[in-house]
Amino acid sequence: MTTDAVLVLEDVTRTHGSGETAVHALAGVSLRVWSGELVAVMGPSGSGKSTLLNLAGALDRPTSGRVLVEGEDVTALAPDALAALRRRRVGFVFQDLNLIPSLTAAENIALPLELDGLPARKARSFALDALDGLGLRALADRFPDAMSGGQQQRVAIARGLIGPRRLVLADEPTGALDSHTGEDVLRVLRHRVDAGAAGLLVTHEARHAAWADRVVFLRDGVIVDSTGSPDSPESLLAGHGTRGRG
Amino acid sequence: MSVKLGLMALLADGERYGAQLRAEFEARTGGTWPLNIGQVYTTLTRLERDGLVAVAGAADEEGRIRYRLTDSGRAEVARWWTEPVDRAEAPRDELVIKLALAVTVAGVDVASVVQSQRTATMRHLRDLTRLKVGAASPGPATDPATSDARDLAWALVLENHIFAAEAEVRWLDHVEARLARAAASSAPVRAAQPTAEDEALGGIPEGATGSASPARVTR
Repeated sequence: MTTDAVLVLEDVTRTHGSGETAVHALAGVSLRVWSGELVAVMGPSGSGKSTLLNLAGALDRPTSGRVLVEGEDVTALAPDALAALRRRRVGFVFQDLNLIPSLTAAENIALPLELDGLPARKARSFALDALDGLGLRALADRFPDAMSGGQQQRVAIARGLIGPRRLVLADEPTGALDSHTGEDVLRVLRHRVDAGAAGLLVTHEARHAAWADRVVFLRDGVIVDSTGSPDSPESLLAGHGTRGRG
Repeated sequence: MSVKLGLMALLADGERYGAQLRAEFEARTGGTWPLNIGQVYTTLTRLERDGLVAVAGAADEEGRIRYRLTDSGRAEVARWWTEPVDRAEAPRDELVIKLALAVTVAGVDVASVVQSQRTATMRHLRDLTRLKVGAASPGPATDPATSDARDLAWALVLENHIFAAEAEVRWLDHVEARLARAAASSAPVRAAQPTAEDEALGGIPEGATGSASPARVTR
């Protein structure tokens, strides 16, 4: 058990362009997300939400400042080490489903594990466990076009989160789903975080952000406010003792 | 609405005495409207005077008097179910009044009024959501049929609060976007902080700012 934050952004700035035409997508943002904590990021479009998420997932590099995932400075990693980090330690849940149509639900979920070198049989058994956890076991051998939008979304989430990932990043994960199915998606995310992951959720929906432990408000690339600042994991545990399992 | 119709609706379900009415009213409305027993008896006395309820038999061994609905009481309850709630009598909302004044009074940092309210409302919304998620996991079952119905009532009340809080955050987003638009069109150079004067002038027609779009349309 570590007391370090899973995700640390230290005075992160991301600037597009230079000189007079420079656009500061993020300007000096610092943020820590702890194990067992789900942080939501809200703000109008263009406020830097997605930039922040991309930096946290090492999909983009900051112009200045540091991004640490599980204590490792990802801004200093070589491309292959970065790819490994994204494959093994960071879970992504994006709005676009992108399930591979020619693969079944179980095969879709198993894919990242297989790509990572796990034997197919073992990867499948992990995938089935993941489907079980979502109450979707019955869909294991179904192809995406034989699933509802909500089912596809949840399968995509299972794939995004498969394996022992300690950082979970979600960008408007409920997409265009109806409110009930959208809630299922958040429940999955919440469950994963309660089991010990650190989560960062970008959303413009207050109802979804309300699933988070903390909401930070971003405006013009700057954090302008927050619903609280658990700068230690202890304050998190104090908040809801019934949740923490890890 | 009044407590009156709530109690009558419960009596339509069967005879009850005062303490029972109070407990059931609170339980069935998810504790959203606590009553005191004095209020219940005052209401019952008035309803009895108006011929809408009547005493049902003699007091029990503990001296409790049961009440029942009269025919005209029953008709009144039936009418209540069929008639929509009057929304013309809007309750006064302090936040609405506060913001309306904030944009017209000089020297108020409206943006920070909006943001601090949004943070507070988000916190409230988070607490409600926690309650809801907690309530979704079944507790110890007593009488399944009644407790199911009550859980449902409680969930509906809770969700109403959630929708209201969500609507408030959306409205605050809208207020902010509108203020930004008004500031941008009336004072393009110093767009950061709209002054009270800007806002007083600020009946900017929709579309007057060209391509400016409300901040909420993010996708």
